[in-house]
Amino acid sequence: MLLKKVKIRLSILLALSVLSVLAIFLLFKVLEDNVLYFYSPSEIKNSDDINLKKKIRIGGMVKKGSIQSYERDIKFIVTDLKNEIIVSYSGTVPALFAEGKGVVAEGSLKDKKFFIAKRILAKHDENYMPPEVQESLNKDAK
Amino acid sequence: MIKYLNPSYVFKISGKLLNLFKTLLIPLVAIGLIFSLFLSPEDYIQGDSVRIMYIHVPSAWISLFGFAAISFFCILNFLFKIKNVTLIYKSLAPIGLTFNIVAIVTGSLWGQPTWGTWWAWDARLTSMLVLMFFYIAFIFSYKFIKSPDRSIKACTLISVLGLINIIIIKYSVEWWSTLHQPSSISLAKETTVHFSMLIPLGLMVFALFMYVAVIFLMKYRIETIRVKKKGFKKL
Repeated sequence: MLLKKVKIRLSILLALSVLSVLAIFLLFKVLEDNVLYFYSPSEIKNSDDINLKKKIRIGGMVKKGSIQSYERDIKFIVTDLKNEIIVSYSGTVPALFAEGKGVVAEGSLKDKKFFIAKRILAKHDENYMPPEVQESLNKDAK
Repeated sequence: MIKYLNPSYVFKISGKLLNLFKTLLIPLVAIGLIFSLFLSPEDYIQGDSVRIMYIHVPSAWISLFGFAAISFFCILNFLFKIKNVTLIYKSLAPIGLTFNIVAIVTGSLWGQPTWGTWWAWDARLTSMLVLMFFYIAFIFSYKFIKSPDRSIKACTLISVLGLINIIIIKYSVEWWSTLHQPSSISLAKETTVHFSMLIPLGLMVFALFMYVAVIFLMKYRIETIRVKKKGFKKL
């Protein structure tokens, strides 16, 4: 008697789970683009419809040796190691903004290769270590 | 087996456990804080802000495990109608919510000096915020829905949806591009936190989980006393 009730409840639960997974999956399908926080240079290159007026974010690594500072402006290249985008920005950058590090730029595309940023965010990677370790890693790399 | 499920037996044992945990708690927190605030090094790029991680990461874990636990007990209650477990999830849910908020606030405090922003609507941060709303909804549905039957049903629905959200939180940093960094510590790959920082992190995880255990047992005992006085129906 009890067992039967439990079975009924169990099947309700399973049905509920399947429905929920399906609903959430569909929700994310609809949201698709909005779930991505930024686009990589390759995604920009491969996309067909680029809205130049729309505010978007692009992200990747600041290419080594690419930062050019002018009086108030700064120019650098964002790369995902396959494709690159030149970013121009005027204003202050976060303290962690550096060559070879991750970056997210918010603004709009001028064309597929040139991006005008209104805001720069530094992206931190998953590595945590003391300065000495970083130095010895750098030495090893050289 | 029945003996161990008997509320008065559990009450007696939980009192002993509580005393033990209380004694352990202060030294654990002290050692954890000394390591994380003084003995551990600065990060090579974040400097001292790395110390926020020693609170942020344990808090986030507690909020995730906490929700998984309350969902488990809620579903158990839904399936088998074991009334005792309502005490467990009622005691655990507010703790989970608190640490969820701690994780969000400390993350925000860390984000400002490192990313350059307090908040970003990326998948990880948003799903953590959603978890907070699931916690609140869960607490509301056992607090304000008077009929126990309907309250269990509401809690079960929130549990199922919330568990899916837990999976989304876990994998958000892998499935989508996010501002939040990927996990540094996982079972699948080598950890990317240096040893000298892993020690304070481990100690803080231990200390905060002990704190959760203490608060949980205290709350659980209070709930038990309340049930004894009023009976289950009037809760």
